[in-house]
Amino acid sequence: MKNISTAWLHLLNRSRLKPLAPIAGGAIALMLGGILLHVSGANPLQAYGVMFAGAFGGTRQLTETLLKAAPLLLIGLGMTIAFRCRVWNIGAEGQYYIGALCGSAIALTYPALPSLILIPLMLAASIGGGILWSGLAGLLHLYRGVNLIISTLMLNYIGILLVQYAARVPLQQPDGFLPESAQFGDNAQIPTMLGTRLHWGFGLALLLVGAVYLLLWYTPLGFQLRAVGSRLSVAKCVGINTSRSILIALTMSGGLAGLAGILEVSYTYTRLKGDISDSYGFSGILVALLGQLHPVGVLIAAVLFSGLMVGAQSLNVVLQIPASVAQVIQALVVLLVLAGQAIARAKRDDAIPLVAHDG
Amino acid sequence: MSDDREDSNQTAVEMGRITKRFPGVIANQAIALDVKAGEIHALLGENGAGKTTLMNLLCGLYEPDEGEIRIFGQLMRFRSPKDAIAAGIGMVHQHFRLVESFTVAENIILGQTKGLWRDSPQRLHAHLQTLAHQYSLTLDFTARIWQLSVGEQQRVEILKALYRRARVLILDEPTAVLTPQEAQDLMATLRHLAAQGTAIIFISHKLKEVMALCDRVTVLRDGQRVGTVAVPQTTEQELAQMMVGRTIKRQRRTDPPERLPQTEPALILKQLSVMGDRQHLALRAIDLAIYPGEIVGIAGVDGNGQRELEEAIAGLRPFSQGELWRTGNLAHIPSDRYSMGLLTEFSIAENLVLRDVQHPPFQWRGLLRLAWIRKYAVDLVQRYLIRTPSVQTRAGNLSGGNAQKVVFARELTRHHQVLLAAQPTRGLDISATEFVHAQMVARRDAGTAVLLISTELEEILCLSDRIAVLYEGRIVGMMDGASADVHQLGLMMAGKTAVGHAQLADQTPSFYPAEADRRTRD
Repeated sequence: MKNISTAWLHLLNRSRLKPLAPIAGGAIALMLGGILLHVSGANPLQAYGVMFAGAFGGTRQLTETLLKAAPLLLIGLGMTIAFRCRVWNIGAEGQYYIGALCGSAIALTYPALPSLILIPLMLAASIGGGILWSGLAGLLHLYRGVNLIISTLMLNYIGILLVQYAARVPLQQPDGFLPESAQFGDNAQIPTMLGTRLHWGFGLALLLVGAVYLLLWYTPLGFQLRAVGSRLSVAKCVGINTSRSILIALTMSGGLAGLAGILEVSYTYTRLKGDISDSYGFSGILVALLGQLHPVGVLIAAVLFSGLMVGAQSLNVVLQIPASVAQVIQALVVLLVLAGQAIARAKRDDAIPLVAHDG
Repeated sequence: MSDDREDSNQTAVEMGRITKRFPGVIANQAIALDVKAGEIHALLGENGAGKTTLMNLLCGLYEPDEGEIRIFGQLMRFRSPKDAIAAGIGMVHQHFRLVESFTVAENIILGQTKGLWRDSPQRLHAHLQTLAHQYSLTLDFTARIWQLSVGEQQRVEILKALYRRARVLILDEPTAVLTPQEAQDLMATLRHLAAQGTAIIFISHKLKEVMALCDRVTVLRDGQRVGTVAVPQTTEQELAQMMVGRTIKRQRRTDPPERLPQTEPALILKQLSVMGDRQHLALRAIDLAIYPGEIVGIAGVDGNGQRELEEAIAGLRPFSQGELWRTGNLAHIPSDRYSMGLLTEFSIAENLVLRDVQHPPFQWRGLLRLAWIRKYAVDLVQRYLIRTPSVQTRAGNLSGGNAQKVVFARELTRHHQVLLAAQPTRGLDISATEFVHAQMVARRDAGTAVLLISTELEEILCLSDRIAVLYEGRIVGMMDGASADVHQLGLMMAGKTAVGHAQLADQTPSFYPAEADRRTRD
């Protein structure tokens, strides 16, 4: 069956322009988005101009974008580790919430501690919470064979509801009516760095880009994680402890998600509430995939993705375009850039894979 | 279809001056091939000679850089396998493309998109029955693939091709996965198909099979055609020389050095019982002791517990009863290179350090010593004669023989007292097989206890100091390697321990005539 679309794909498959396919995908997405904007009554070019200016147009805007990029980056880095080991952790949202809960519990229990002690304690507790929550799914998988995708997904809801309960009952502000905890003291707020509005969590995330890169390609542990992800049966056969590798990859991604949770709560919300995430846990997965599971790629993807989110806000504010339109554009960009990456990765002469090749 | 088959001298396939380049190699260089309808044409060559590439061009997986392909005289350009199938080309790959949980009938019609309304099951079955009857292929169409033996699965693949009206059938090393009896059945089937006018291309590097089955042979070496000869006008010796471009050095089995009387076994299996994947007892109370400096061969027809024995010894499968004792480390050459031995996405260097990467000298203070690993890999590539452009090449790009050398290099470089080699030469060509055998004999002479699990009887006879026969999970016989009797072995492999049975002649596969020189292969 030869039709126009496969012929076109074959042509694309052979051309030297193949590496540019992701960019072409992004451009097509923006064009489709343009139609949508036009239908919504806006001038597409003007609208994109507003979006860009809103996300990258000035120091304030750029800071906002980078601030939102920090949790995406942390979660995306964790997912990079997990996915490289072929551990399908899609529970980052829940791990993020539990991390926030554990960190907040420290902040509310020891309000008088000095920053230098309190903040590291909060970070450690949040990482611990993320490890615990992801590790739970890991143990269920290793000892009872429960599918990781299902367990991590389900633990999202339990984690989120647990935080909503905590914000309503045990951690609720003593004389408050709203389902939220008391505000953290200044000592529990993560400090900003270098005179900007950017907090040190962002700096930490940047450091972790290098750390994850080192881990994956310069340490025996990362080597083994990648080996397990490449082919489990071979890894087992050459004596790699695959259960341990899976648990490590899973809990590392969980720990990073937990860390992202407390950073957001400490800086952006300054108190524990039932709603503390902009779907970072799910967007982080997309960011990891867009970044092609490479730490530097994830950094770029996190900033761009965050730029889309921030730009969408100004689209709403300046041109009164509904947020849903911006979200559709965002989804189109992700979808078509990923499709472009798939084309770019396909080897020359590979038939467009209709049948999955195994081993 | 029948019109084409009346003239048996019609040229079915004509490939002219086919050239195919891959980055860094010319896989096929100006190769010509012609196959007539009703002919069984062997494509012979070592691993990496270009056989598979040539056939992938013919079945539409690749397009040639130069040259032309004619099918029954018509110039063709295949842009995808679908085009080739439409032109009547059927390929039976070495690794079957079947859905395990589907029935035979479902697998055969899978991917057929003709018409929205499929044939009713009754009509389909009737059609398949006719087809199977026409080509004498016995199959249960309602059985599910996982319930079938390898030989039956292969028959499904052949029938699938015939159902798609294949007039040219390509088989890629079809006997590599078969037992001797299944191989005999396959050869009968192929003769039958050819007699009805199908052109058959038989890819192989087993000379005996080619001599027994084929009409003509085209020999490839290093991506070029060495020549095409008619089988009656050639000999195994001549073909072998065409293949390797030199006279074959005959493998000599040296006797082991004298064993010291007080040595303890390096590997002991005591009443070992192991469950198989389908919750049946795959190994039943195995007793075995292997001493340093000897090769013990486990003979048997595939599927009699070989896989479970290998996995139990390698620590990959728990045992339900019994004990296993081992001194020192184990070097393990797994029976399946690609699902157990190598990471195809990883480089050769990475594969070489796969097992011990967490130990010095490959790491220092938690960091990989990449330069050191690279140097180590370059050294091993030279020592084990691995043919590759660089140590950074992905292992998946290596030919079967070179891939196996990577496994050998990694496993033998470890400090070990026991070498477990399972089907170590499966799918390998002559020189790679020679290399593997020499390595095993060298380890034996150096005092390693070697356990060889192989379904190739010749290999067992050629290397083993002692031979144990595995049948239905039991060791049904143990004999001295030097004085082993092929007839008796054949009987034991078929589960008949009494000597002098009337069916003796039938039970001994004809690939291994009684008078065969045990010291040679191919």
